[in-house]
Amino acid sequence: MLEISKLVKRYGNDEPVLKELDLVVEGSSVVSIVGASGAGKSTMLRCINRLVEPTSGSIRLNGTELVNLRGGALRRARRKIGMVFQGFNLIDRLTVMENVLAGRLGYVSLYQAVTRRYPQQDIERAFTLMERVGIAHYANKRADALSGGERQRVGVVRALMQEPEILLADEPTASLDPRTSEQIMKLLQSLAQELSLPVLINIHNVAQAKAYTERIVGLRHGKMIFDGAPGDFGKEALDAIYGGIEAPEEEITAAPSRTSSEGVSHGQI
Amino acid sequence: MARSDSARSASPARVWHKPPFIANPWLRYGLWLGVLIYLVWALGSLPFNWERISEGLPRASRIFGGGFPPDFSRSGLLLTGFKESLQIAILATLLGVLLSIPFAVMAAKNIVPKPVYLFGRAVIIVSRSFHPVIVAILFVAAVGFGPLAGILTLTVYSIGFVGKLLAEEIEEIDWGQVEAMKATGAGYFAILVYAVFPQILPRQVGLSMYQLDSNLRASAVVGIVGAGGIGATLMNAFGRYDYDFAFAILLVIIAMILVSEGISGWIRKRIW
Repeated sequence: MLEISKLVKRYGNDEPVLKELDLVVEGSSVVSIVGASGAGKSTMLRCINRLVEPTSGSIRLNGTELVNLRGGALRRARRKIGMVFQGFNLIDRLTVMENVLAGRLGYVSLYQAVTRRYPQQDIERAFTLMERVGIAHYANKRADALSGGERQRVGVVRALMQEPEILLADEPTASLDPRTSEQIMKLLQSLAQELSLPVLINIHNVAQAKAYTERIVGLRHGKMIFDGAPGDFGKEALDAIYGGIEAPEEEITAAPSRTSSEGVSHGQI
Repeated sequence: MARSDSARSASPARVWHKPPFIANPWLRYGLWLGVLIYLVWALGSLPFNWERISEGLPRASRIFGGGFPPDFSRSGLLLTGFKESLQIAILATLLGVLLSIPFAVMAAKNIVPKPVYLFGRAVIIVSRSFHPVIVAILFVAAVGFGPLAGILTLTVYSIGFVGKLLAEEIEEIDWGQVEAMKATGAGYFAILVYAVFPQILPRQVGLSMYQLDSNLRASAVVGIVGAGGIGATLMNAFGRYDYDFAFAILLVIIAMILVSEGISGWIRKRIW
């Protein structure tokens, strides 16, 4: 269970990017986080695994307070938090297998990491997961030789190698074509179910958010202004989140209206 | 005719010149004047002894004349000298490149704390601030004549050059890969090995090849001040007025540089 409470992030002396954000994710639900660029989606996700230092507030994962962890304790907490990136962030010059095994870096010794002598069960797990997502035959290929969709699968498998207790996905489909991005969303959805793993997905594509996740959280200016099921995410919510901003999905905003005011759906559901 | 006239009366013909590089005319012409004054002053005040130069010219032509035809008869001596130079260059490159990696890491602002960064930069700046010949003079004084002084000199030289360029390369890596490794819970050195080194590897290989090249050249020079190798042989040949042998040595140096440049270029092209 992930509990975020009163999370604040401020860069320098600017207006805070996150303003006392509260969010609780229970069980193995797939949650999508929508919001315009700059709404704080990415910052929130990165605060969870401390790639970004929160200014104040509390983040607890299965009872462990993540804020203020340092050194070895922080690394041990991080290995329980898988992350999938928009730009894949694979090590281009290493093989697919090395990239996948890199997910175990939080568990193995430096000697094992440098000499690539990973424990047998790690290699077993790597092959099993790669077979599950259909990339096992690429094991010895260089990561930069793969297509976008395949590379993101490597990214997902690398995160799952960590045996995570939660999976964070920062716009995992934004660099992919529409068809491939749907495949990745489906994959994340079914993996969450199989491994009973909570998944947080930052996403720009509202239609995909509604289709593949069971809960949508809308951010605007660092505040949560929508939290509910995809079925409740209508035009009003969309206007509240993207109001005054060019709408990203035509089919949902067929009749854009400027009259609806902000915050209509705030805290309603 | 009438048409062009009417066009001109409507708007005068427009001209365009490339804007001057320095916009301010005072500064522009002032700089020219400054250069001129400096040249006059420098040429007027430096002690050129024209008499001595005119005496020296025939001597120079005698040296070059004496160099022809180059004398390869003492090939044993030539070979020994080159073998030593080659050994000095290769050993110094290996040592220098290996040592340059930790110093490059220390001198990369994005991956180490500030005090370490300052230390790494300082090491690189110091090892870069003196020409190999000056360093060689110091090492010859410290460890005596011979190849050890040459190896130490060129190692320092390699650390400075490779370390600096490698540090700059580290500062420009794709940070996303580092973030990804951090997110797995990897420790500092595991992140270095997985996210940083693979990204700088091609550059590292290219720089090492270039440095080997450069060390071959420099090993001939530092030999002149007593740090072993072909430079010492060359100096002896000059000292004994064996200009034909000296010329042979110079030719072989040129050939060796050409060959090593060819090889290193070929390898660098193949590794990416």
